[in-house]
Formats: sequence, structure tokens, C-alpha cells
Amino acid sequence: MPAVKETIDQVKEIDLEKYKYGFETDIKSDKAPKGLSEDIVRFISAKKDEPEWMLEWRLDAYKRWLTMDEPDWAKLDYPKIDFNDIYFYSAPKSTPGPKSLDEVDPDLLETYKKLGIPLSEQAVLAGVEGAKIAVDAVFDSVSVVTTFREELAKSGIIFCSISEAIKEHPDLIKKYLGSVVPVTDNYYSTLNCAVFTDGSFVYIPKGVRCPMELSTYFRINEKNTGQFERTLIIAEEDTYVSYLEGCTAPMRDENQLHAAVVELVALENAEIKYSTVQNWYPGNKEGVGGIYNFVTKRGDCRGDNSKISWTQVETGSAITWKYPSCILRGDGSRGEFYSIAISNGYQQIDSGTKMIHLGKNTSSKVIAKGIAAGFSDNTYRGLISAHKKAKNARNFTQCDSLLIGDKCGAHTIPYIEAKNSSVIFEHEATTSKISDEQMFYCQQRGLNEEEAVALIVNGFVRDVLQHLPMEFMVETQKLINISLEGSVG
Amino acid sequence: MLEIRDLHVSVEDKEILKGVNLVIPKGEIHAIMGRNGSGKSTLSYVMAGKSGYEITKGEIILDGVNILDMEPNERASAGLFLAFQYPIEIPGVATMTFLKAAMNAQRKARGEEELSTPDFMREVKQAAKMLEIDNKMLKRALNVGFSGGEKKRAEILQMALLKPKMCVFDETDSGLDIDALRIVSQGVNALRDANRSMLVITHYQRLLNYIIPDVVHVFSNGKIVKSGDKSLALELEEKGYAQYDESAA
Ligand SMILES: Nc1ncnc2c1ncn2[C@@H]1O[C@H](COP(=O)(O)OP(=O)(O)OP(=O)(O)O)[C@@H](O)[C@H]1O
Ligand SMILES: [Mg+2]
Repeated sequence: MPAVKETIDQVKEIDLEKYKYGFETDIKSDKAPKGLSEDIVRFISAKKDEPEWMLEWRLDAYKRWLTMDEPDWAKLDYPKIDFNDIYFYSAPKSTPGPKSLDEVDPDLLETYKKLGIPLSEQAVLAGVEGAKIAVDAVFDSVSVVTTFREELAKSGIIFCSISEAIKEHPDLIKKYLGSVVPVTDNYYSTLNCAVFTDGSFVYIPKGVRCPMELSTYFRINEKNTGQFERTLIIAEEDTYVSYLEGCTAPMRDENQLHAAVVELVALENAEIKYSTVQNWYPGNKEGVGGIYNFVTKRGDCRGDNSKISWTQVETGSAITWKYPSCILRGDGSRGEFYSIAISNGYQQIDSGTKMIHLGKNTSSKVIAKGIAAGFSDNTYRGLISAHKKAKNARNFTQCDSLLIGDKCGAHTIPYIEAKNSSVIFEHEATTSKISDEQMFYCQQRGLNEEEAVALIVNGFVRDVLQHLPMEFMVETQKLINISLEGSVG
Repeated sequence: MLEIRDLHVSVEDKEILKGVNLVIPKGEIHAIMGRNGSGKSTLSYVMAGKSGYEITKGEIILDGVNILDMEPNERASAGLFLAFQYPIEIPGVATMTFLKAAMNAQRKARGEEELSTPDFMREVKQAAKMLEIDNKMLKRALNVGFSGGEKKRAEILQMALLKPKMCVFDETDSGLDIDALRIVSQGVNALRDANRSMLVITHYQRLLNYIIPDVVHVFSNGKIVKSGDKSLALELEEKGYAQYDESAA
């Protein structure tokens, strides 16, 4: 057998087990008892030392959740989740809440170092390009540290964990939490309202352009732990902020649940750019383990001429159920969704966006690139709707799917609703395969099969890649290559 | 040096190559001429290792190594280059990006270090200039929307950068206008070297006025039926292939 074939077979052998972030950190943790009940909700709230109104809000959500049913409309197939077999709260014992860097457990810092996340402000400041990124690091259920807070505070920006914001900025929380994604929006978001543990909070005051990228890094470490993070970003009039989100988890045989809610509010002339690189553990090559990722992300372009742009790179998770959306309420507001969704092994993705045009002269753009390999299933599901009053609403949607091999599936499910006649909605969709001719051509020039696939896929996603912040682009290209390892042959 | 010994190849139980024998010593240029459908492209694909062909008999030896067991990319790294009759489009991949990926893949396979970006840029600029390829084309996705002539030039550009030991040109002259033919031929001639062998597949004697072959072979019905010096090409142009039909059967 030729040497290269052999190498490819070896790579296939390790396949998804090569998941780069699959180490676990041995840290004592402080956990709530397994399962879900009113007491657990009270426990979480008490652990966080929350005010009474917050507890009431959670308990109300919990009661409503009990009356709801798990949605089954997505093209996903998984056994019923036993919510009593999950820990809803886990915190590293040494770090019950955010601290300054010197107080953070060195083991934790080491973990983030391994992940390539700079938590030391010095290290970032010493960086060659001087590109600063402020980071909020969330480990299991709690935020362990937020960097660059003081520097941001100088321009009036608040960047902290949501737990802190609940205590320090109750007026903002009361005004905005649940104002974009209502408590009873859907099964998982309602669950999140009851048991969310931590996440990030960002507030950009009027007239401020955030001087650096803000970023949150989520890591699930504990076994059988659910992660329910909650992120809220408020951009006042005439502001700009770019926010990055990254996620990883160790390799586990059991499935872990992740059900986040992200709410964005953009007031007049504000722009929010939200980028995600999601690389939760996808399960092994037989499809055992991996994260169930049920996420509700929504942005509200509340003010005129505001803009919200979602860019996502989805490579991880056993199951992804996620539709970052924009409510285009303000006149002239704009929504964008750029997505790269890669599935390999037995991963299942049902993802897309909703662009809800309510205001006049609103526009939206959707570019979604789905890549399916192995035995995976990759569905784009998108809704574009225009209200009666949304005169001259415009949308352009382009959905491209690329299949690698013949055991995977790609599907495009667009929903379009136009309630007035002045709208222009355009939709283009393509499905293609990497052809044998393309593979042979690349190989004739010296690229091996894996390199050839990676190059062709990178070309396929180029239109989306260029919307990522520079710092993320190179990382993402590498991630794409890793995610597709073992996809050929 | 390239040696093909008694090569028999079938596709779906139909024999297409029926005993090809060919030796191209280092530094020589050989030309193959032959009717449509006689098996010339098939020979070039089999040399490069394309799948879908059943090799029922024979050997292809490059510098003493039988390459038939090697993957296409291993053959490429061993120094075999095929300029395609119909170059393939790679959407979204800038020509420049593709060139760098190919050069570095071959270097990696040979255990050499990656090229630095300045070195790479210098080499590309130099080669592109010789082939009169402008910068804009290097930024466009490889072969996507390229004219026939641009595609062929891009093939020679790749060859110039990859510096193969054995170059196979499959109808590189077809679709070229007179100026492009001259430019491409100059590019090929500039790569003539005592350590490099070339095989030029063509239908037209005209190309051989620019790229002067050491030996001309006539291909008919899956094998070489006659070999001679460059005057054989002229004779073919005059008399056609009829005299070779079934002459070997
Ligand atoms: N994959 C294939 N399946 C079936 N038949 C094939 C295949 N590839 C080649 N052939 C047949 O083999 C014969 C030789 O084809 P080939 O392309 O090698 O000819 P050629 O000499 O290059 O012709 P031209 O001068 O037109 O380029 C033709 O009859 C062709 O139809
Ligand atoms: Mg041919």
C-alpha cells in the first residue's frame, strides 16, 4: 500500500479522537446536586448571591418551562435528554467568582494557556501587533476572570460577567434581560432563564466606539455538566462593538448539554458585530459523546439605521440547533448573517437564521456555507419575513452546500413570508461535491488528499471567512483543516 | 530519465493502451502525435496516477523507481508534472494561494523547509513576467473564468515554479493564439535543462517549430507505431495518419 494512503488511514483511525482541546483540567469543583427542581434554581441563585427579583424571574421561567415540550421540528435525531441526569451548576472550588488575575487558580490559567487564550494582560500587551482583546473566561458555570476591565471603564464601557452585572447594574439588567428573547421564547431558552449560570455582559455608552475586540471564552470541564450561559450586549446610540465568542470542551463519552441565550440590543446608529467560533467536542468517530448545542441568539436592531452582523464558524458539537437572528425594527436597519457550518463523523447540524423585517427600508444579507463530510447531516434552515409596514425591505440569501463523500447529507429549508408588495427577496442555493477531477488536479500539483480537501473547502468558504476579524481568520483556517481530517478516503 | 515498459491499460474492460514502450533520457524532449481517441491523454493520466484506470501490465519507471504504486501527489513530489489538456477550476482559491500550497506541499514531502513569503513572491513575479501573466490574474481564483489561453499559461506558470524533472504537456498548444503560442513555447524552452525530460503531446507540427523535439513518436490505437526525428512530424502533416492505421495490428 502506498505510504500516503497508509497515513490517511492512520489519520482516519484517530479521526475525531484527535480533537485538539480534549484535555481535562483536574480541579476540585463545587457542584449542585444532579437534576432539576425548584430547589436547584434557588441553589443557583443563592450561590450567586442574587437579589430577590432575579430569583423570582428564574422561578417564573422554571414554572413555565415545566409546561413546555421539547421541539421536534428540526432535522435532528437524538435520544431524549434526561434533565435529572445533569449537574446544573459547577464551579471550580478555588474560584467562586471573578477576581483579578493574580488571584486566579494557576491550573485554570494553565488551561486557558493550553487553549491559546491570552488571559494575562501583560502577555497581550506584549503581543507583536498590539492588537488588544479583552477576554471574559467562563469555566463550567462561572466566569473566572475578565481582562482589560479598567482600560475599558475609562471610556465608560462595562464588560463583566452577567452575575456581576445583576448585582452591580440591576437597572440595565431589568430593562434589557429577556427583552430580545422573551422568557417563553422556546423550550431551551426558557430553561436557560431558570438555570443560567454565567456569561458576559457588555454595555457601550452613547457615542463610544469600543477600542478593542471583546471576547468570551467558554469551556465545559466537569462531567455531566450543563452549561447555560447568558450573554447580553447593549449598544447605545452611535456606537460600535465587535465581540468574539469561542467554545471548547474535553472529550467525554456522555453527551453534555449546552443551552445558551445571547441577546443583542442595538440602538440608533449602533453597530454590533458578533463572531463565534464554536468548537465544542463533536463526539468520537462512532458518534459517541459530544456536546448537544441548543442555542438561542437574537439581535434587536431597535434604533433607526442600526446594524447587527452575525458571523459564525460551527465545527464542533454532536448536535447543533442554532439560528442567530435579527429583528429589524428600526427604519433603515440592517442585519447580516455569515455562516460556515462544517459537519464530519456523525455530527448533526440544523442551523440558519431569521431576518424579521419590521421597519421601513430595512435590509438583510445571508451567506451560509455548509460542508458535510463523513456520516453527518447538515441542514440550513432560514426564515426571511417582512411585516406589512416593512416597505422596501430587501434580502439577499445565498446558501451553498458542499458534500464530501456520499454518506453525508445537506439540506436547505428556506421560509419566506412577505406581507407587503414592495419587498425584494432574493434566494440562491447551490449544492456541489468536490469532484474527482479537482482532487486529482490538486494532487498532481503535490497536495495530498487531506491538503487538497482543505484547500478546496477554504476556497468554498472564502466569502464568509473574510467577514471574520483578522485574529480569527488564520485560526479558523486551521480549525477547518482539523475538522475535516479523516473526511476523505 | 523516464522508461515506460509494455504498458497495458483498460477502462471498464476496454483496452485503451496496448503495449506502450517509451524511453526519454534526461535532457531530451519527445513529442507524441496521433489521432483523436488513440490514447494519448490516457497515457498522460496513467503516468500522473489518475484513478479509474486498470493497469493490466507494464511499468513506468522514473529515475529508477517504479511510480505505478505511488499516489498522484507522491509522483508530483518525485518530479512528475502534467500540464492538463483541460485545466480544472478551483473556485475561491486565488492562483497565488494555490501556487504556494503546491510548492510547500512538495517541499514538505521532500523534507525541505517551507518557502518564506518574500522568496515565494520573488519567484512567482519572475515566472509570471516571463509568461506575461499579470498580477490581477494571480489574485483570481485558479482557472475560474480564465480564457483557454490563460489556463494554459497558468499551467506553464505552475510548472516553472514546481521545477519538475519530467514534464508532460497534453495539447498545451490547442486554443492558443499565435502570440500566446510563442510565449508559452518560450516558457517551455526556458525550462529546457540537461536534467529535465519533456513529453509533448500535440496535433500540430507548428508547435514543434517552437519547441524542437529530439524524437517524434506516432501514436496509433494505443501504442507507439513509429519513432523518428523531427522530420517525422512534417511527414505526418503531409500524409496524415492513414498509413499507420492497423499497420501494427
Ligand atoms: N474514463 C473513460 N471511460 C471510457 N472510455 C474512456 C475513458 N477514458 C478514455 N476513454 C476512451 O479511450 C480512448 C482514448 O482516449 P484519450 O482521451 O486518451 O484519447 P486522445 O488520444 O487523448 O484523444 P484527443 O486527441 O482527442 O485528445 C477514447 O476512445 C476514449 O473514449
Ligand atoms: Mg487528449
